[in-house]
Amino acid sequence: MKRALRAVGAFWWDFLIGDTPEFFVATLVIVGLAYLLHPYRAVASVVLPVVVLVVVAASAWRVRRRR
Amino acid sequence: MRTADIVLVIAVFGASLVEMVEALTLVLAAGTRSWRSALEGTVAALVVLAVLVLGVGVPLVHYVPIDALRVIVGALLLVLGMSWLRKAWLRGSGLKALHDEDQIYADTVAELQSAPKPASGRDSIAFALAFKGVFLEGTEVVLIVISLGASSHRLVLASLSALAAVVLVSVVGAIVARQLSSVPENLIKTVVGVMLCSFGLFWIGEGAGLHWPGSDLAILALVAVFALATAIATRVLRPTVTS
Repeated sequence: MKRALRAVGAFWWDFLIGDTPEFFVATLVIVGLAYLLHPYRAVASVVLPVVVLVVVAASAWRVRRRR
Repeated sequence: MRTADIVLVIAVFGASLVEMVEALTLVLAAGTRSWRSALEGTVAALVVLAVLVLGVGVPLVHYVPIDALRVIVGALLLVLGMSWLRKAWLRGSGLKALHDEDQIYADTVAELQSAPKPASGRDSIAFALAFKGVFLEGTEVVLIVISLGASSHRLVLASLSALAAVVLVSVVGAIVARQLSSVPENLIKTVVGVMLCSFGLFWIGEGAGLHWPGSDLAILALVAVFALATAIATRVLRPTVTS
């Protein structure tokens, strides 16, 4: 039972955090922004995808700089 | 069929295809030790995955408030989607090696040959490898099926799309009896990464009360934005060659 729980925990840790914890944090920020900006749909429709792209780009750029 | 349904079918089918090709590679490698044990492991994993879809997906659809469900599954899809998108950008720009099923198959078979085979009965190594391969790759499919299916109340459509991919990979795998290295896996992964990000963001917005311009058509607009960004990013990230 303990082993199974540990395996489930490890799976979710790997799935949500893994080697890119920035995506987990960014997703929480995006959820917060969505609640905050939902009355301003034109602003939200632009800001939310831009935040996703900036986060993925920053994460990929970090890999490029390490090379 | 609505636009959102078509995009959902493509996303689930594509994700399932990619994951099942990876699982098939491991099942075929396990089959080099014992076909019977490898198939038993595969069937056992598929049964566990089906129970997961029924046990988790159906209660989610019926008992969790739809807006909360959309934010939670949207967040899960977005985490997964950003990770797939990043890998796609890195692979597309040459910063990360392309996924090579032939190499994985050869490495796994070589590793399996060193372990002793039982004289009779079930080969536990072949069973465990096939089970683990199908279960682990399938868990990601189950998450996508439940997330996309539950948030849009299209669990049956999402499940059937995944099942179609499983059947296709199984049939082709049985015919060619080797890993499907000819499947353009990296391209499909890029497409699915774009779609997961689009769906994830769309459902987070919907769940938070945002009415996207154009309603369901906003998904297509998001797909276009992320696809365009992918095309640009793979060029910008490409390492510069210095002489």
